[in-house]
Amino acid sequence: MTAPRMALPGGPPGAWARALRTGLGSANAAPVYLVLLVIFVVSWVIVGLAGGSFLTVENVTSVLVRSVALGIVSAGQTLVILAGSLDLSVAYVISVAAVVSSVIMNGDPGRIVIAVVVVLGIGVAVGLTNGLLVTKLRVNPFIATLGVALVLRGLLNAAFDNFAGKVAPQFETLGYGGIGPLPWSVILLVVTVLAVWWLLRSTPFGHHLYAVGGGEETARLSGVRSHRVIIGAHILCSLAAVLTGLFLVSRIRSGAPWIGPDGGYDLESIAAVVVGGTALTGGRGGVWGTLAGVLILAVLDNLFNQLQFNSFLKDVVRGVIIIAAVAIYAQRQRRMSR
Amino acid sequence: MSVGANGAPGDVTRAAPAAPGDEADPWQRRLVRLMRGAGPIFVVLIVLLVLIALKNPRFIQPAVFLASYLKPAAPLAILAAGQLFVIVSGEYDLSVGSLITVTVTSAALLIHGDPALTYPILALLFGIGIGVGLINGTVTTRLHVPSFIATLGMLLILSGGIFYATGGAPRGSLPENFRAFGRAGIEGVPFLGQLPYAVIVLLVVGTVFWLLLHRTNFGQQVFAVGGNARAADLAGIDVAAIRTACFVLSAVSAMIAGVLLGGFAGVSAQVGETYEFQAISAVVLGGATLGGGRGSVPTAIAGALTLQALFTLLNLFGFPAPLRSVVQGVIIVAAVAYASYRLRRSR
Amino acid sequence: MSVTESATASATVGENLLEMRGITKSFFGVTVLDDVDIDCRPGEVHALLGENGAGKSTLMKILSGAHQPDGGTILLDGEEVSFGHPRDAQAKGVSIMYQEFNLLPERTVAQNIYLGREPHRGPIVDQGAMERSTAELLATLDAAGSIRPGSVVRNLSVAQQQTVEIAKALSFRSKILVMDEPTAALSPHEVVSLFERVRLLRARGVGILYISHRLGEIFEIAQRVTVLKDGRRVGTLDVAATTPRQLVRMMVGRELDHYFPPHAVPAEIGQTRLVVHGGGVAGKLHDIDLTVRTGEIVGIGGLAGSGRTELAQALFGVRPFDAGTVELDGKPIRIRSPRQAVRRRMGFVTEDRKVEGLVLLLSVRDNSLLALRSLGSWLRRGAGGPVSIRDLLRSLDLRGAGLDQEVRYLSGGNQQKVVLAKWLASQAQVLIFDEPTRGIDVGAKAGIHELMRELARAGGAILMISSELPELVGMSDRILVMREGAIAGELASDASEDAIMLLATGEHDTVSVA
Repeated sequence: MTAPRMALPGGPPGAWARALRTGLGSANAAPVYLVLLVIFVVSWVIVGLAGGSFLTVENVTSVLVRSVALGIVSAGQTLVILAGSLDLSVAYVISVAAVVSSVIMNGDPGRIVIAVVVVLGIGVAVGLTNGLLVTKLRVNPFIATLGVALVLRGLLNAAFDNFAGKVAPQFETLGYGGIGPLPWSVILLVVTVLAVWWLLRSTPFGHHLYAVGGGEETARLSGVRSHRVIIGAHILCSLAAVLTGLFLVSRIRSGAPWIGPDGGYDLESIAAVVVGGTALTGGRGGVWGTLAGVLILAVLDNLFNQLQFNSFLKDVVRGVIIIAAVAIYAQRQRRMSR
Repeated sequence: MSVGANGAPGDVTRAAPAAPGDEADPWQRRLVRLMRGAGPIFVVLIVLLVLIALKNPRFIQPAVFLASYLKPAAPLAILAAGQLFVIVSGEYDLSVGSLITVTVTSAALLIHGDPALTYPILALLFGIGIGVGLINGTVTTRLHVPSFIATLGMLLILSGGIFYATGGAPRGSLPENFRAFGRAGIEGVPFLGQLPYAVIVLLVVGTVFWLLLHRTNFGQQVFAVGGNARAADLAGIDVAAIRTACFVLSAVSAMIAGVLLGGFAGVSAQVGETYEFQAISAVVLGGATLGGGRGSVPTAIAGALTLQALFTLLNLFGFPAPLRSVVQGVIIVAAVAYASYRLRRSR
Repeated sequence: MSVTESATASATVGENLLEMRGITKSFFGVTVLDDVDIDCRPGEVHALLGENGAGKSTLMKILSGAHQPDGGTILLDGEEVSFGHPRDAQAKGVSIMYQEFNLLPERTVAQNIYLGREPHRGPIVDQGAMERSTAELLATLDAAGSIRPGSVVRNLSVAQQQTVEIAKALSFRSKILVMDEPTAALSPHEVVSLFERVRLLRARGVGILYISHRLGEIFEIAQRVTVLKDGRRVGTLDVAATTPRQLVRMMVGRELDHYFPPHAVPAEIGQTRLVVHGGGVAGKLHDIDLTVRTGEIVGIGGLAGSGRTELAQALFGVRPFDAGTVELDGKPIRIRSPRQAVRRRMGFVTEDRKVEGLVLLLSVRDNSLLALRSLGSWLRRGAGGPVSIRDLLRSLDLRGAGLDQEVRYLSGGNQQKVVLAKWLASQAQVLIFDEPTRGIDVGAKAGIHELMRELARAGGAILMISSELPELVGMSDRILVMREGAIAGELASDASEDAIMLLATGEHDTVSVA
């Protein structure tokens, strides 16, 4: 590189190059999409051979809708993992959001707004609690968020033991409506992922998040207020879990307290993030990888469904895929660091 | 510096009298060290037990204490002792809960009520347990998958496998000679009445694990690996082998816990659920640090007994069952917050 | 406009820009700074000189807000300030360039330089502006050709990363700039261009606190010098009015000449222990030939990044040789892991004690037994072996430390003795030392040197990597100098420091470092 090129203004070409470097084309996301592509093509072929149809609008839509719930919560989980923390409380936050919003609405469209505001408020409170425990009291994030999960579980199970409340009919649009063939829920997922991507790429907060996860002491010595960054990441993660809860309740129409833990969203979201190439130790990765991780799991799900595969064996294959994917990244990372 | 006066250090290594016992210092000092490292959890445990006894004086009768407290606590205590090895070595084992379920459901399925099959199947189950531990260890140490993910994957594989094999509802049954481990005991013991086998198993496992972690070369290497894996590697320690052995011990403890639970909890596909988190909670309550290098078998068992005492107490006070997990959550977080506060202050 | 060019232009040396008065600090009850004063004027380079462990770095971390002092005051422009966080210090115009790199390997050059103060438009980081300013900064450092603002730091060489550190420090519009051993990893050519930058900053009125223990640099660049020893200020002198000899005396409290034990005499050197023929590691080392004999200390010199540590790691099986042959006691061997090396009675005293040498949570006893235990059976109780750790540590003179004490509470010197005890306990015969006295105070340093010589006399074969030229010359019976992954030449024990630098750099215009 020579001196004149440096005078180049940061116009569109440069901006695109940067976007590619920090986004889709980054060293970490690329292999994940390759894995996704391979799994997609293999599924296509297998389903085709079995006499089914894989690449139809309905089927692709079904894969995407399946990805929405896990995708949104995993986007939030990406933030905390990048910051070097993790969040095991998301499953119960999802349940709380679903039940509380459903109870507040109780079928009344006029209370949609207040219901959403209240559950978002709960999300902020839970995220703040997680963040404060991790930063100020220095509780290991595994234990801190596990403890918060236990507390939420207890409160939830003490107050509700069955479907509670009913969402407003208009609210069901979120789960079932859409523009043309494009469901609102998929739009919600895409918007969430884009928002997280933008946050990570373009805001000081995003830059600080990577810095804190990559080396908290270095970040601190550079003047980054690491505690605020970690707390912020936890709040955003809880908010993402709340969004997932709202989406899920819009589909089942009434709040069920078991909806989060039964979906295994705590461990599955962590798995999706890690399958997406984000390091569990923080500082490396991104939300596009996470989206690919979620899609990989959803495509597999779809494949098994089409083949009428035993649903329990799905978990077995899922476990194998998660381990295999992370093992592949680990080998790659080791080669690169040599 | 007075090396010169004492002769060359190279000489010292040869000239020193062979004194392997030199490393063993008086038991009093060891006890002091143990208490210093352990302290708070025993105090909490005793306070909880006293509270229980105040509310229900029958609790201090040996027979009641053994049957209604120590026996049900044994599986978690054993599981915690096994998990401790993995935690001290710097890893996690999330697969133990599903391994407990595997033990119970596949024992029921394979033995199918035939007492003659109990012991062969037990041997087979232990083989499976050791295999699971070896796989967890190998995936973590050789394929460099973080243990959180490796054992999470194992959890999915095992629980999926159980449901596939049982079709969702466990089949078969456990014969009496299998269930005896969990529910029966040695009858007519003076003073105690019945001495449950579960308690004996806990004592034996606890002692063996204590010896392994605190009294052998292996145990000391576990602490070194968890404290600083890089330094351990450079000192010639086979880090992968040590960690893998820890996973095997954890898996074996899960098999043992599963056998006991099969006895008094019966056969269900949910029997092992959340046990992995409870075991980690117990270990952490017992003062071990996640990330490795610190912990002890007696305090990890005390952590498990504390959790059990907590549940008993909440039960006695008629606390609504669901709210118990609230108390559990608060206590775990508070314990870790207190420990990290103490650690910071000691610097 | 460049970010750097907006600093004040007053180059007059006058009133104190910075005054630190009576600074006191202790860790774990150990006093590391005791009533230290230092000041700095605009446009001045004030050198801070002292042995490792004298308290230089701690003093500067207090100035930068990374540590808080237990006592004392800091005045900036005559106004008392207190920095609770590095951000506070930066806001007041104090920035620091750390000795160990403080860069995030996964982030780009620009992101590292502007970390914590990213230029932004509204809520959006202005990446274009960030990369442009970075490019300008790098251009002023004459590094625009080799480092791109968008490069990920992990992919840069050590020297390039150092340049990024400098650029980062310069990017603050600082009134006070602290440079902590900035030349440690630089070639003489790079040192020259660094000094040009320092002079430019002086002309702009920036006050510079310059930490080093290389006397040559101080006479070249500094106006005043403050000497610290054992956490106390020994004195502050005008550089023009002092001599290197006087500074050394202030620094070490004695003459330099009595520093090292005598070299091996020919009779003490025995049979060949370790031989490497044509050793190589792809991309790191090539054509390594070396021999180490019983009773001798073979020094390995060279600049940082020349492959010294890689050589030690290859010998010890950390990243094994992929070419060439190794012989131990005349038999060809292959060492694929540290475990195999330890089994062959080799020992490796690493450069970074806390990361690679010790388990900080464990006791003195457990650390001493680390290597011995790795050789024993798993089920064996205790340590065993013919070694009494108590006697061993007594002979190492581990003052003020009990066997049950956790090693994290020990001083650097005592920690290094525990590392040595580990290899003595396992009866290692071939020992590799990588920077054996880094971060160790003067008294313990001489002790470690004496120990190394004793080990050689007792039949050990020793390889010693060192960046300290006096140590290299003072300790080695032969000196191998490395350059660019190969051995550039061998020198006898009476080699001059200039000759070593000449070989290490391959340049003929060596500046007088050290």
